[in-house]
Amino acid sequence: MTATTTTTTTTTGAGFVTAALQSAKRTILQFFRTPQLLMLGTIQGALFLFMFRYIFGGAISRGEGIDYVDFLVPGFLVTQILFLGMSAATGVAENAATGVHDRMRSLPITRSSVMFGRSIADAALTLWGIFVAGLLAFIVGFRLHADVAEVALALVLLAVATYSFMWVFIAIGLTSKSAQAANGTATLLIIPLAFVSAAFVPAASLPGWMQPVAANQPLTIFSNALRSLTLGGAETVGLGHSTAYWVVLSLVWSAGILLVFSTIAISRFARRR
Amino acid sequence: MTPIIESQKLTKRFGEVRALDGLDLVAESGRVTALLGPNGAGKTTFVSAVATLLRPDGGELRVAGIDVCAEPNRVRQIIGLAGQYASVEPAMTGTENLQLVARLFGLDRRAARAAAADVLERLGLADAGDRLVRDYSGGMRRRLDLGASLVGRPRLLLLDEPTTGLDPRGRIELWDAIRGLVADGTDVLLTTQYLEEADQLARQVVIIDHGRVIAAGTPDELRDRAGRNVIEVRPRSVGDLPAVEDALARIGGESPHTDTDTQRVSAGVERGADQLRNIVRLLDERGIDADDVALRRPSLDEVFLAVTGHPLEPTHPAPT
Repeated sequence: MTATTTTTTTTTGAGFVTAALQSAKRTILQFFRTPQLLMLGTIQGALFLFMFRYIFGGAISRGEGIDYVDFLVPGFLVTQILFLGMSAATGVAENAATGVHDRMRSLPITRSSVMFGRSIADAALTLWGIFVAGLLAFIVGFRLHADVAEVALALVLLAVATYSFMWVFIAIGLTSKSAQAANGTATLLIIPLAFVSAAFVPAASLPGWMQPVAANQPLTIFSNALRSLTLGGAETVGLGHSTAYWVVLSLVWSAGILLVFSTIAISRFARRR
Repeated sequence: MTPIIESQKLTKRFGEVRALDGLDLVAESGRVTALLGPNGAGKTTFVSAVATLLRPDGGELRVAGIDVCAEPNRVRQIIGLAGQYASVEPAMTGTENLQLVARLFGLDRRAARAAAADVLERLGLADAGDRLVRDYSGGMRRRLDLGASLVGRPRLLLLDEPTTGLDPRGRIELWDAIRGLVADGTDVLLTTQYLEEADQLARQVVIIDHGRVIAAGTPDELRDRAGRNVIEVRPRSVGDLPAVEDALARIGGESPHTDTDTQRVSAGVERGADQLRNIVRLLDERGIDADDVALRRPSLDEVFLAVTGHPLEPTHPAPT
């Protein structure tokens, strides 16, 4: 053996930011270097957009005189927060089951930093998939009817909504017994959220009994906000209330989701059984 | 010198199950201590408690004199954990994995790089450092995981069943790596189900079962406690079996027993090596040719049986 120094150093542990960044780095490297993850995460959104646009485009009733593609895209991109983001639940559950979390917790770092890093990485990766789908949207006919400020605000809103939802999936991952269970729970959650909403179709076209749910759930709010911002205002899109109303409501929902689920996730990760 | 681990009357319950039931243990510094016991004995629970992952219900636990419950973060600065799974990231290289953990320990980028390279060198993984862990063999992955627990220069290394799932070669490589650590001054607590592993690596073996320490001592001391070594003789000719039985009885073997299926005669003996010499001499004097004369030291099952009064595994067949 080489004559390395035998004195053991007492290290004080990484600071919050470094620890979060290292945690994020691990998640991001895993994504880009694992072919299945990379493929699915990049293509999935675009693929489904393609299908919805062309296969259902003719059959689904148009909303208020706007082209279906224009109506569809903002709502669709919002649903991708769920469909792409749910892999965070599986990834987190996998890490929990394979001892990655145990090692992290045995290190002299702040507990929450690990999950913060994870949430940032997962949000970035989800937004990556949404971005690719967004590119395809323009190719299949989506057109903006908005000025730069509105588009910028739309992007910020999308990012904020994405980030808050990541904590939902992280919380699911941390409270599930296995990666499969996490996957199952996440799926059960996102299907009703995505479909019983105004993401794909105007809320008014949903059955009467679905309306109250659809009207008040976050995906409808986010979709309406994004539509208002990208298509020329809430009135143009046929929504009651102003654009500002939908934007503010979206931010409130995001804040609420973020607070509740980050608390659940962090306390779950940090607990010493 | 303060013992590296001191546990007094440690208890931990998971619902109905008493994983730790008054565990008293002292692990001295400067050596490898092995925690030996069957599944469910409480080994992983104890390691988790020492690693600050678990909060005990009662009792006291100190690492290098630091109270684990009161000051977990201070304990985390001086320990390194390698759990039952090799928790390194397959989509990263060996170097990247080690650098990541080093950074989390608080080393800056340059120090982390140096530490990673150093550990890879010590564990014989320097050549594989730039390959993705996905391409490593099982043994290499385990060694890298060991490296990840080392990169922060811990005073105490916690290894939970480190050779699970490794082939014999992988196991030996890991043993060599662990032995090297002790030479460099790191204290080690490892858990295992295998007496052989404890024997190979540890100076102090602590046998636990049902959350309690049953016996502790050096491997040889524990084997002696189990009392009986067994001498087995397989004579070349079947006809010699009775003569062999007689010879064994002569040298003081307890109740020599012939197994006609395997054509072996075995007898428990008091002092193994001496009796072995005696039986060889006696067989020679009487002109009995033997194909095999063996001294079998007690297995874990026999040590366990002797010490606890019940077999290691409920379904385990009686020790042969």
